[in-house]
Formats: sequence, C-alpha cells, structure tokens
Amino acid sequence: MNQFWIAVIAIIVAPIIGGLLAGIDRKITARLQGRWGPPIIQPFYDLFKLFGKSRIATSRMQLVWIYGYLVFMITCLVFLVLKLDILLLVFLLGFAGVCFVLGGFSCKSPYSHFGANRELLQMLSYEPVLLLTALGIYAQNGSFMISEIFNRPEPLLASLWPIFIALLVILTIKLRKSPFDISTSHHAHQELVKGIMTEYSGPYYALIQLTEWYEIVLLLGIIALFWANPLWVGILIALAAFVLELFIDNIAARMTAGWMVRFSWAIGLVLCILNIAYLYLMKGVS
Amino acid sequence: MGIIHTSRIKSPWIMHFDNSSCNGCDIEVLACLTPLYDVERFGIVNMGNPKHADVLVITGPVNYRTARVLKNLYAQVPDPKMVIAVGTCACSGGVFHNCYNILGGVDKVVPVDVYVPGCAARPEAIIDGVVLALQKLAKAQGVAK
Ligand code: SF4
Repeated sequence: MNQFWIAVIAIIVAPIIGGLLAGIDRKITARLQGRWGPPIIQPFYDLFKLFGKSRIATSRMQLVWIYGYLVFMITCLVFLVLKLDILLLVFLLGFAGVCFVLGGFSCKSPYSHFGANRELLQMLSYEPVLLLTALGIYAQNGSFMISEIFNRPEPLLASLWPIFIALLVILTIKLRKSPFDISTSHHAHQELVKGIMTEYSGPYYALIQLTEWYEIVLLLGIIALFWANPLWVGILIALAAFVLELFIDNIAARMTAGWMVRFSWAIGLVLCILNIAYLYLMKGVS
Repeated sequence: MGIIHTSRIKSPWIMHFDNSSCNGCDIEVLACLTPLYDVERFGIVNMGNPKHADVLVITGPVNYRTARVLKNLYAQVPDPKMVIAVGTCACSGGVFHNCYNILGGVDKVVPVDVYVPGCAARPEAIIDGVVLALQKLAKAQGVAK
C-alpha cells in the first residue's frame, strides 16, 4: 500500500515539477537572448489552453499511440520512484519512443513522416547508450535494481563518470535541444513546420507536452541516481545538468541527423564501452 | 470563469500569414517577435502550424490565389480562434485595392475580429491589436474585467 501511494504522489507531482522546469527553461532562454521572457507558470497556461481547444483528429490510430506514449512514460517514472529494475525502465522508455514514432507515421502528412523518420534516427543514437548505462550500473553494483544503488555508500559518479558524460549527450537528444532538435523543435524556430508534432492539435498536443514534462523529470531522476547517497547532491547535479543543457541549446546551431548519430555513437558508445571494460578488468584483477 | 478560460487569455499562439503584400507589414509583425518588443512576455508565441495556433495574424490584400489558401488555413485552426487583419491592405485592400487580381481586404474571405490600421502597422499597434482581440475573446466568454 505504501508503494502504491508513493507511485500516486509521483504521478501527480512529476508534471508540476516538469512544467515549472519548462517555465524556467523559457525564462532562462529569454534572458540569455536579452529578452524578459514569459512568467514561469506560462507552460501551465499553455497546457490548460490546449486542453480547452476543439478536438481535431486526423487519424484515430494516432490517438491510441499518443496515449501509449503517455502511459509508458508514466510507467517508467513509477519504476524509477519505486526503485525497480533499471534495465526494464530503459526498455519501457524505448517502447514510449516507439509509440511516439508510430503516432507520427499513422497519418498521411509528409511533415509528420519526416519528423517520425528523424525521431527514429534519434532513437538509434540514444538507445544503445541508455542500454549501456544500465549495463554499467550492473557492472558496478552486480544488480539492475535501483534500490541497490541507494544501498551503496559511495556514489556511482566516482566510477561511472564516462557513462555520466555520455548520458549528458543523451539528455540533449532526449530533450530535443539544439544541436539535436531535428525531429521537432520548440517555439519560434520551426523546421519542417513542427516535424512529428505537426498533426497533433488541441488536447492531443497538450498530452504530448504533458508526456514531455514526465520525461524531463524521469531523465533528471536518472541523472540524480549517479549521486544517490545523499540524494540532494544528486538532485543538485541533475539541476546543474538541466541548466547546462539550456546553455548548449542557446549557443549551438542545429546539426544534421547523420552527424547526430555519428556524434552520439563516437562519444557515447566509446565512453560507455571503455567504462564497462575498465570495470570488468578491475574486477578481474582484484 | 475557469482555469481554461483564463489560460486562453494568457497564452495566444499566433500564426502569421501573408497574402500578397509589399512585405512592409510582415517585417513589422516579425519585429514584434524580436527581443526589442519581445511579445513572449505575454505568452505570445509564433507558431508555424495552423493546428497549434489560436490567433491568425494576416497581412496584405487577398487575391484570387491566396483566398483559397487563407480559407484552408482558417479551417485548420481549432476553435476558439481569432483573426487579426494587420495593415491597411489587410483591412481594405489599401494601395492595391483596384488591382485586377485583388479581391480586397481579409474580411472578404474570412471573418475578422480586429483591424489594425497603418501602412505599415507599427509593432506597438500590432501588440495592441492582439490585446484587443484577447479582450474580445474574454468578453465573449464572460471573463472580462
Ligand atoms: S499596409 Fe502598407 S506596408 Fe502594409 S502590406 Fe500594405 S502597402 Fe505594405
């Protein structure tokens, strides 16, 4: 019963935190560009306005996929707060991404198809690194359970810092920030109109935004795991990573999809594999 | 009443469409989005997609070709929506009013809520126009102050 309430509280609180983070994102971005920027709670206004708009759906299948995207993302978050298996969490995150891509493919708009294709490329570039992150945690802890991470006195960051750097790159891709905002991008700089989100409108677009807020919290939570003892240090590290992403977003230009895959594999995969290989060699010696 | 009604007033996403103008008014609309005027303070965001927009900002006189496009775009904006005609051309046809290919102002094709005069309309006037449109929306929904 206790676990149940933790999950319920997480499901309610996560979008509030995510929305505030999105508001801080817009404020800091505006200040970096020499503007005043909207109020911090602007994303909530946007969300409620979108929920109040008329429903226009271009394809019914699309709606099924978008609910799937939301449900899988929430399941991931529940896995994180209940300290369950991190490998399963990564797989569920992959399912969520697949749902989003299929939603993009399920209507006839070419913009949506372009966006979905590019989203697939994004998945191709981040999924292996996420998987290797889980493996790295296993190599260090001998278990995939997140609760084991909390039981260790020394932080994961000490031995897994190369994987942490790879995860920061992945965070940029997952949050769809420059230079990786190829499948869709945030306000006022549209390429391909709005990419994969072109065909969503009103309440359905609001659902995507809600899912993105869950995603921000989930990813920052995974980053916080790298300093789980005490947890507040991990949360500070996660917030610092978030602000770092904002700076990168504002100083970087959008790059091509091919470059993204090459970059994330060259940096992310190599760092992860070296890290895991080192851990196993050390274990073999001792 | 209601958080949704308040949010509608606080977050108007605009879509900018140019019929067949001299481009003067377009540049002024884009000037609103620059850091100098920074309409994002009021929650106004420029969307490239009619399906995400709430307010259609239309410049230039309608000609026979753009009338079709304009109707299509208007139909794709989900309700509740507002239309703002920016510049003398969009209001009445302006200096182009008796050209052979010009139908006239935007209201010949889609219903217009707010007319912003001026050749070219100043950014301040355009922001005022959006505010006026929102007040109209608020009054229509009974949340006006
Ligand atoms: S109103 Fe004047 S500036 Fe604006 S589009 Fe017409 S001619 Fe150009």
